[in-house]
Amino acid sequence: MAGPGTAPEAQDTFPKLLLRNARDRGARPAMREKDLGIWQAWTWSEVEQEVRALACGLAALGLRRGDKIAIIGDNRPRLYWTMVAAQALGGVPVPMYQDAVAEEMAYVLDHAEARFAMAEDQEQVDKLLEIRERCPRLETIVYDDSRGLRHYTQDFLSAYDDVLASGRDRDRADPAFFAGEVAKGRGPDISIILYTSGTTGQPKGVVLSFENVIRTAQNAIDFDRLTDREEMLAYLPMAWVGDHIFSYGQSYCAGFCVSCPESSATVMHDLNELGPTFFFAPPRIFENILTTVMIRMADAGWIKRKMFHAFMAVARRVGTLILDRKPVSAADRLLYALGELLVYGPLKNRLGLSRVHVAYTAGEAIGPDIFDFYRALGINLKQLYGMTEASVFVTLQPDGEIRADTVGRPAPEVEIKLAEDGEVLFRSPGVFQEYFKNPEATAEAKTAEGWVHTGDAGLFTDEGHLRIIDRAKDVGRLGDGSLFAPKYIENKLKFFPEVKEAVAFGHERDYVTAFINIDLEAVGSWAERSNVPYASYQELAADHRVYETIKAHIEQVNQDLAADPQLAGTQIRRFLILHKELDPDDGELTRTRKVRRRIIADRYTPLIDAFYAGAGKAFIETQVTFEDGRTGKLSADLRIEDAKTYPAMKMAG
Amino acid sequence: MEPATATLEAERREAPAPKRLGEVLLSVDDISLSFGGVKALSDISFEIREHEILAIIGPNGAGKSSMLNVINGFYQPQKGKVSFKGTTFRRMRPHVAAKLGIARTFQNIALFKGMSTLDNLMTGRLLKMKRNLLWQALYYGPAQKEETAHREAVERIIDFLEIQAIRKTPVGRLPYGLQKRVELGRALAMEPDLLLLDEPMAGMNVEEKEDMCRFVLDVNDEFGTTIALIEHDMGVVMDISDRVVVLDYGRKLADGPPDEVRGNPDVIDAYLGVSH
Repeated sequence: MAGPGTAPEAQDTFPKLLLRNARDRGARPAMREKDLGIWQAWTWSEVEQEVRALACGLAALGLRRGDKIAIIGDNRPRLYWTMVAAQALGGVPVPMYQDAVAEEMAYVLDHAEARFAMAEDQEQVDKLLEIRERCPRLETIVYDDSRGLRHYTQDFLSAYDDVLASGRDRDRADPAFFAGEVAKGRGPDISIILYTSGTTGQPKGVVLSFENVIRTAQNAIDFDRLTDREEMLAYLPMAWVGDHIFSYGQSYCAGFCVSCPESSATVMHDLNELGPTFFFAPPRIFENILTTVMIRMADAGWIKRKMFHAFMAVARRVGTLILDRKPVSAADRLLYALGELLVYGPLKNRLGLSRVHVAYTAGEAIGPDIFDFYRALGINLKQLYGMTEASVFVTLQPDGEIRADTVGRPAPEVEIKLAEDGEVLFRSPGVFQEYFKNPEATAEAKTAEGWVHTGDAGLFTDEGHLRIIDRAKDVGRLGDGSLFAPKYIENKLKFFPEVKEAVAFGHERDYVTAFINIDLEAVGSWAERSNVPYASYQELAADHRVYETIKAHIEQVNQDLAADPQLAGTQIRRFLILHKELDPDDGELTRTRKVRRRIIADRYTPLIDAFYAGAGKAFIETQVTFEDGRTGKLSADLRIEDAKTYPAMKMAG
Repeated sequence: MEPATATLEAERREAPAPKRLGEVLLSVDDISLSFGGVKALSDISFEIREHEILAIIGPNGAGKSSMLNVINGFYQPQKGKVSFKGTTFRRMRPHVAAKLGIARTFQNIALFKGMSTLDNLMTGRLLKMKRNLLWQALYYGPAQKEETAHREAVERIIDFLEIQAIRKTPVGRLPYGLQKRVELGRALAMEPDLLLLDEPMAGMNVEEKEDMCRFVLDVNDEFGTTIALIEHDMGVVMDISDRVVVLDYGRKLADGPPDEVRGNPDVIDAYLGVSH
């Protein structure tokens, strides 16, 4: 419709897209929120009216071009509107994690030089008041929910409704103001600053332009053929780039409706009531849903239980094939259709996933079992790989080319190359402008030619899909120079319920070895069912039947690895089961349960030496910290076993 | 410039007397109550003013719950009278108390365990329903309109107490702290002028207590509801109440603002125990 470049009609900012949506689909719903138990909807033209008043109100409060406005709270329509209202005035929204403690908030607020803050409720206002002294630039706080705030008399506090009212007055006095401000916006302007939590050091503010967000969002819309009829639930933190693209960028570009859950505790209910057509969740959530389903099925009557398991077996066999439009026999198709009627349909309806035509997961590796469960039900669950610095999309899985262990092909307009050490680099229209006020970090992450270092190591499969294998800094080389990605192997092992933790070794060695931690719950319940008596974790871990089970799993992993010519050399040759659980209290894991490779390698040196000396047994004594803080020594004779390895296979065509 | 590190607590205290303490809402005069030979209350008098949060404290068996039970008519005192909104009652009856606008929660939660949170709250609206059974049987028409209005009132309370996620959950399946919150919700559904809370925070962990305190303060602030509560946690009492009445062995030991009561030697004796 609109011409390219900077023609006045160009839809190159979100406020302009809002006006377009209000004009072209003014009567279509733009946002929904549950109020007093009933879903309330706002159409695009209602949103336009609201945003217009809000923008005028913010202008009356003194918001000028370039001012930063922090946005703090759960997903609420009014917070999304504040974003677009600020952008209409040339302001820059800085959404912040709502559960951040005051300390963390102070850093971001101060670093972003926010003059304004939009807070959801009393809780957030209290936090802001606490840190106000340390953020001298913060001048005005606007709050949405006035509950409990009646006696807050500070004159820098304003209620959203009052801002709206003053905005309406201002709009009446100067009706051309809003349109004039919107027209001043340009694609290359800063659209938003998103702070990444960052595992090390202080958070960094990723600056994205309108062009970044709009082009990437539009590309992904075209890729999945999204329309203005989509339904989406916005329940992930607004400060996270995914929410910004899915529930804001794509919604404004495609004109579809976004709903906000009633509260963070009602997300599953709301999902069921809304039946979204487009859905994103991190693997953890898909895992939780599956666990709930399995528990509920275990409690169900036996007819239902039998039926569920029988039809799930059918689904696992042919469901994904049907979803990928691969040939399936007529009998199987009939069975699957029957299963849809009796099991899959009702189940999907219960989960609120029956209308989903595109669902994505990303962030970490998803267990193939979990992934296949949803696909077998006929839910088009796909994976993507992305990051804040890319405005999300780096790779996407196209329909019909879904693999549990890849993240898909480069997204439209994205170029990817692999560095010497396997690190993934990309270049795209979504590449961030800079880290706010941090040129060193920007220079480190982005080359002069626009390539961005992801810090992840990956490789391309024969099919042309990217597979992320590990953090680039953790990737090593075997003695013969082949790539060794410990986390990739460990993740494969951890998908087995009996394996709680795994640590793989092999950097500068001839072959790969692994420590295994058994999962006491899973193995313990197996022991109970099969009448295997044990007195302690140590005893259970040393049981030869447990060893056999783990060995079978390792050989399964080896077989998988053999299928990949680039990783076939890193099959696990020898392994042992540790006599104690790796524990954050002993410094072996981080508090978020990530393996601390170096510390473990140090502490268990005798075991690693025994691996490579070919010994069948190894003695180890380690210090342990008990829960009350006392320490003690724990020693054990551990058995080392060999696992079968497989010759590298050619990929079957 | 005022200090910017104003926290919630400081804010409340600095605020220029936001509370409009009104007329005397309820007064009890010379109440004596005994069960057989056991004297539960003797010659108790105090009053509760509008918009006030009054805490009744005392050791176990001091007669705190008995006092609440006298106020809303569960127990009939042998002597004394209760006046509410200017009317004096020789004998208060529970249903009369409820009609007059006195609601309460119980020490041992008294909800309908098999019913959902929503339905439990709806029972709190029962006294406000005007249409009779016949209209309700017809369903359409005025009864439906009325039901909608009541449902809206209940939804406001659900929103207020942040219990949206358990709207349809049977109350029996809820953890203790949430059941307490639902019970408060049911009392609120009556839109009471006086709310009696019998140990609203008993058995709760610190976080649940903080939440409950916030709700009690917000109820008082938002709806102007007068609240009389029994509580053991001194921290809570000192933080949220405007006035404290101390009972011991059925007698009134002290009556005044929290700071004053805290320093009262009789109160210290009763709580710490001294040899007489």
